[in-house]
Amino acid sequence: MSTATASTLSHGTATSLPPARKPRPVAEFLSTYVFSKDHKVIGLQFLFSTLLWFLIGGLLALAVRWQIAWPWSDVPVLGKLFAQQGGQMAPEFYTMLFTMHATVMIFLVIIPILAGAFGNFLIPLMIGADDMAFPTLNMLSYWFMWPAFFAFGASFFVEGGAAAGGWTSYPPLSTNVASSPGSGMGQTLWLLGLTMVGVSSMLGSVNYMTTIILMRAPGMTMFRLPMTIWAMFITAILQAFALPVLTAAGFMQLSDRMIGTGFFSPEGNVVNNAIPTAGGGQPLLWQHLFWFYSHPAVYIMILPAMGMVSDILTTFARKPLFGYRPMVYSVAGIAGLGFIVWGHHMFMSGMNPALGVTFMVSTMMIALPSAVKTFNWLGTVWGGRIQFTTSMLFALSFVSMFIIGGLSGIFMAATPVDIFIHDTYFIVAHFHYVLFAGTAMGVWAAIYFWFPKMFGRTMNEFWGKVHFFLTFIFLNGTFFTMHILGAVGFPRRLADAYHYETFHHLQPLNAFMTWCAIGMVATQVIFAANFFWSMFFGPIAGRNPWNSNTLEWTAPSPPGHGNFDFQPVVHRGPYEYSVPGVEKDHLMQTDPPHALAAAAAAASH
Amino acid sequence: MGSRLGGIFWSLIFLAVPILGVATFAIAPSYNVWLPKDVSEHGASIDGLFMFILVLTGVVFIVTEGLLFWFLWKYDASKAKGPATYIHGSHTLEVVWTIIPAAVLLFLAIYQMNTWADVKMRRPPMSPTVEVVARQFEWRLRYPGRDGMLGTRDDLFLTNDLHLPVDEDILIQLKSMDVLHSFFLPNFRIKQDAVPGMKIPVWFKAKETGQFDIVCAELCGWGHYKMKGRITIESRPDFERWLEETYARQEATQPAPEDVAGSAAD
Repeated sequence: MSTATASTLSHGTATSLPPARKPRPVAEFLSTYVFSKDHKVIGLQFLFSTLLWFLIGGLLALAVRWQIAWPWSDVPVLGKLFAQQGGQMAPEFYTMLFTMHATVMIFLVIIPILAGAFGNFLIPLMIGADDMAFPTLNMLSYWFMWPAFFAFGASFFVEGGAAAGGWTSYPPLSTNVASSPGSGMGQTLWLLGLTMVGVSSMLGSVNYMTTIILMRAPGMTMFRLPMTIWAMFITAILQAFALPVLTAAGFMQLSDRMIGTGFFSPEGNVVNNAIPTAGGGQPLLWQHLFWFYSHPAVYIMILPAMGMVSDILTTFARKPLFGYRPMVYSVAGIAGLGFIVWGHHMFMSGMNPALGVTFMVSTMMIALPSAVKTFNWLGTVWGGRIQFTTSMLFALSFVSMFIIGGLSGIFMAATPVDIFIHDTYFIVAHFHYVLFAGTAMGVWAAIYFWFPKMFGRTMNEFWGKVHFFLTFIFLNGTFFTMHILGAVGFPRRLADAYHYETFHHLQPLNAFMTWCAIGMVATQVIFAANFFWSMFFGPIAGRNPWNSNTLEWTAPSPPGHGNFDFQPVVHRGPYEYSVPGVEKDHLMQTDPPHALAAAAAAASH
Repeated sequence: MGSRLGGIFWSLIFLAVPILGVATFAIAPSYNVWLPKDVSEHGASIDGLFMFILVLTGVVFIVTEGLLFWFLWKYDASKAKGPATYIHGSHTLEVVWTIIPAAVLLFLAIYQMNTWADVKMRRPPMSPTVEVVARQFEWRLRYPGRDGMLGTRDDLFLTNDLHLPVDEDILIQLKSMDVLHSFFLPNFRIKQDAVPGMKIPVWFKAKETGQFDIVCAELCGWGHYKMKGRITIESRPDFERWLEETYARQEATQPAPEDVAGSAAD
């Protein structure tokens, strides 16, 4: 780590760059922007890649919504590209669409945008390190995403199309090639892609843990870490413990498909009049292994957003975080309990119902740390001086929407109620409130918040607020309605449910939701325009445009290679806002303590 | 940062969340977008638990969203005077808002158990009324016939057309021939996955006659959406008559299903 002071370093770089070296523009460009080992560049690579996949996942969602609202009608635009039946959607195409929508959103957007983009960009900056512990490993963690991008992307174009067994890939539908067109090459590519995402996550996770444990700046004790870093740390631990199980399960499914093992198929299983399987296995085994990873993964998909929202709320409420330690303990509690609740995905699966009772109790109890976090966020806003910036609006909406997503989870945790609402739109509403209205809104809050640090310029506030307002309205129009659809028992994953007497009257409601979804995706044009325009033409941001406290705001915007132009030394926790007796309303973690002492002495006189 | 008008506008946007949220749930039943008619004996207790959780979470929803609105309204930087309150938390509050929700959640979990046990654990001591075998993309049914035994010569075979008597314990033996399916009876508050290699018992008691939907609720392939069956609940005499007639029709149109029965029985 550089120990040069600000003045010597800035003078030094200005005058004594070695002119002797021959310029090699291509190699330089490649090593700076493509195969970079700088955590900030890698973070931005993750950010741009995941935002692109976010767009693809959103368009897949629109195609899904089109079919639900107007089944078997001609699909505009997409219909010409894909469908074989004169612009209409075939049912196997529909199953592929929702499978790939979920796959893209979970594995190529949410997980990598939180850990990959923000984890990478923020961890060294917020703990006062000059880079990650293992820069090469870090670079590899990004480049292992590319085989995954190719595998998932290419699977759309192979025979039979992309995977169509749902993002959960339950066997035998996913293992038996005869059971569905998408269970051919598409499913193999899906499993390979998943494995690559897993390798990427694992490399990142090892790096994050090491960096946070070993490379904190002087004075940065664990309990002076911002919540963002605590969340990233615990997420990394979750990844490290849960991922091996998914990777193993993925290889078992691959060998079931490719070399005829029978981990997940019972003996003599006949699908679609094909040859019976050799079998000897159990379909439920996959579900246990899959959810042993994928339930902790649900927390991998929200904890970092919770951390970032905590930091953004304190900045724009100008107030210390309410209950810092309870917040840390509740993140740890969620992570710990997260390992013993996976069975709540399997209440109807044929798993022993007595085991269901156990999982119900653990699942109910995991609502507790989430509740504690919500109360502490409310406590943080209480008594603050709230600045309604775009970033703050997104952060507040995270809290507001997470309340809905958290409370709706209790319905599914209650096993008898789950009998009725399992696999209906109630659960679809629930996880979209957590993942879209929660995490995605948290990600937008974080983008508007850290954009100045990433690009040295701030995003346009007016258009940011327009973006927030429209997204907020349309997302509730789309997803809140799903709750009452679920109350009718409207099943998910049906290409057309209106031929059932129970559901035939629900088409107008679904059409309304699809219009809202179209509006929601269209609104993102405003975001994209604001993002790219501000990158080049936005107002120049100083080091600390929001008057925030944490270490990244002491570095230049954007920080150069090595991050800090002085050695940050930490004197206090990250949330010292509105400290009585101090003139400015915030005390940065690096502000020397004598300033505070002098101010206090002056106040006492 | 921002004007007073902005603060008012954004606070009200957040106030709209609980208002519109509650309104949606209040209005939905009058448009028939609500729990479908329940015709099973145990359904009332499931619906009761649903409503209980709805009221409980509804209260928490209104209070927390209301507080969020109130804090935004009151502590808007452009309105509130002086600096923010310098406070790092409250031990008492943390204890209170940990213990109360913990007790409520634990109670909620325990309160569910009896209904769950009734529907999924306390199997009535009887032989299966009918065997349901799920297959891409239909429900194959097998009645035991006069001897009350599955897998014998007088078994009755049908597809998608399930008839059952009213006011009697029904025990279904649920199997799958190929992939996962889920036997979902919305009007009976019944759902159970059918798993290849497993025989899973499903039981209920219908309290009304009529015709209702059988829905597949677990993705089973491209034709998942059309895996539709009908369940007819009728009086005991009507049910007997239907059994006789259907059996006679089967005997008249098909050879004795000995080999079919042999291959399906395991």
